[in-house]
Amino acid sequence: MHDHPTLYRGLYRIRRFEETVLNEFSSGVFYGTTHTYIGEEADAVGVLAHLHPGDVVFSNHRCHGHFIAYGGYLRALFAELMGKASGVSGGRGGSQHIHWKDFYSNGILGSTTPAAAGAALAEKLKGTGAVTVCFIGDGTLGEGVLYESLNMAALWGAPVLYVVEDNRIAQTTPIELALAGSIPARFEAFGIPARELDTSDVLEVLPVAGELLDAIRAEPGPRALILHTCRFGPHSKGDDTRPAELVEKMRAERDPVKIHGARLDDATRKAVETEVDAEVATAFAAAKAEPMPEGTP
Amino acid sequence: MPTVLDSLNAGLHRAFAEDERVLLLGEDILDPYGGAFKVPRGLATQYPARVFTSPVSEAGLAGMAGGLALRGLKPVVEIMFGDFLMLTADQLLNSITKFGWMYGGQVDVPLVIRTPMGGRRGYGPTHSQTIEKHFLGVPGLTVLAPAALGNPGALLADAILNDPGPVLFVENKLLYLEPARAASDLPEFELTPHTFPGDYAPAYSLRISGAPPPTVTIAAYGYAAELARKAALLLAYEHEIFVEVLVPTRISFPGNAYFDNLLLPAVQRTGRLLAVEEGTAALGWGAEVLARVAETLGSNLRAAGRVAAEDTPIPASTPMEDAALPQAGDIVREVIRIASR
Ligand SMILES: Cc1ncc(C[n+]2csc(CCOP(=O)(O)OP(=O)(O)O)c2C)c(N)n1
Ligand SMILES: [Mg+2]
Repeated sequence: MHDHPTLYRGLYRIRRFEETVLNEFSSGVFYGTTHTYIGEEADAVGVLAHLHPGDVVFSNHRCHGHFIAYGGYLRALFAELMGKASGVSGGRGGSQHIHWKDFYSNGILGSTTPAAAGAALAEKLKGTGAVTVCFIGDGTLGEGVLYESLNMAALWGAPVLYVVEDNRIAQTTPIELALAGSIPARFEAFGIPARELDTSDVLEVLPVAGELLDAIRAEPGPRALILHTCRFGPHSKGDDTRPAELVEKMRAERDPVKIHGARLDDATRKAVETEVDAEVATAFAAAKAEPMPEGTP
Repeated sequence: MPTVLDSLNAGLHRAFAEDERVLLLGEDILDPYGGAFKVPRGLATQYPARVFTSPVSEAGLAGMAGGLALRGLKPVVEIMFGDFLMLTADQLLNSITKFGWMYGGQVDVPLVIRTPMGGRRGYGPTHSQTIEKHFLGVPGLTVLAPAALGNPGALLADAILNDPGPVLFVENKLLYLEPARAASDLPEFELTPHTFPGDYAPAYSLRISGAPPPTVTIAAYGYAAELARKAALLLAYEHEIFVEVLVPTRISFPGNAYFDNLLLPAVQRTGRLLAVEEGTAALGWGAEVLARVAETLGSNLRAAGRVAAEDTPIPASTPMEDAALPQAGDIVREVIRIASR
């Protein structure tokens, strides 16, 4: 199930989807805002590969990669970004506000952290055995409600994995200007075990995420996974304030698609890419052909 | 002609230049980015020690500003999107607006929270709302909202420099790129600025140039005033209905000189009032305006109405968002209804 071509396919699908979003934005087919996941694909693929049916995911503004790794349909996400009634949220939510099955995202930073703890507690109280995964960025460590959530999640044994995707930047603010002290210590202060990885290799994320989720299933309570990662694209569109050389260096050294793609022989890799390119193009065209909704909110 | 954005930026620069107690706190406000909507551009370069780019901590920012103001400084807080004001709500409601009164009037809290508000950009349910109505009834809180008229930056500078506070300053996002218009920029209208004794917040009235006396009074603030202005032209040229548009920059009650000195006397003359706002209708600004007019005028108020957003969240999808938010056409329709009664 976690064989190399499958994982590569997972990474490359997100990449192609997001590249399509950024490339097509200027054509006017999308409207509103978007936050692409390019560079961070190994996080979503490595963590969500371990989900069982019924497990819950809370995501944030940068939710496309999480949604796709969760199993969401590309067509439905494209359609949501286009404002189509056939979109994941019927066109109401747009890029940041999507729900499908047990997946939820919200554009208010930090707002998901107590909701995830509550959802996790609900599954525990119902006895379903489901775990909840909550993705947040480094910038979201600034929101106070996170710490209330951690405290209660720990006190009440909520089976939740907080995944901090630390790309060292929040919109335009480098982490040095926004974060005092240490990230793992913030979780450990509440007695929440935290693991930390500085990698863009899905094969490094995969086992550690698996161990943490197994531990939560065996002994319900919060855990944290801190993933130091790299955002290759702009925060939203065309708003990257970082020096181009820095981004180029990250692309050269920390590309999850390249890192894992190198493990496949050329023919296998090409086959995956050809298949995914066609899948993404078909999904985009299908979404584009769908009608805009009637003018009622 | 400066845009509203230029004007607000100049207002911030003036406040920084005139009083070194003025500080700015907010997210992503360093140059060259200069804030998500660019209002504070240049301040961080010119006054690096007085500009604090912050973590993503809206509640803490508001509370810190409260402490800074209590201790004699004049903080301005930028909340990146008006929707996130809700994270500051407890500090505003239970601390910042309470300090002055509950400490027996011994302290002032001279702070300004300014924020871009409103929709029509496809940002979806959490980045498009017009939520100032939730703050309008907070005792002790002044709420100001510039329109694309006059000098929005002067209003902001006055609030920062001269208001004992606290002030919430609401900037509709669509105003930023509009010119801040003077009378000479609006040849089709008579634009009259109004000032009131003891109030630094001006108001504006707009009538079609050379038209007969208005038969309907429209009250509208912020970007809704732009819609009302467009509707006034359509009404005049396509329906021969002449309205006056009365635009406040102070929108909180009580203590609203615009209401007492401009709006009420106008409705006394026309007997017909339409209130227009971008927020949802239920229990909003228009509801308060209508209630106060009705309390005073009784049966002299012949007809009244409200144009506002649908009572739903704001959808991301463009056609749905357009349907949820008030448009100039909605104003035209309502005015026609009111004028016939
Ligand atoms: C409560 C709140 N404050 C501010 C924002 C605006 N905003 C959107 S994304 C973002 C930066 C988030 O940084 P981080 O959590 O590190 O996530 P990243 O974008 O790096 O994935 C900000 C400030 C928001 N959406 N919600
Ligand atoms: Mg980040």
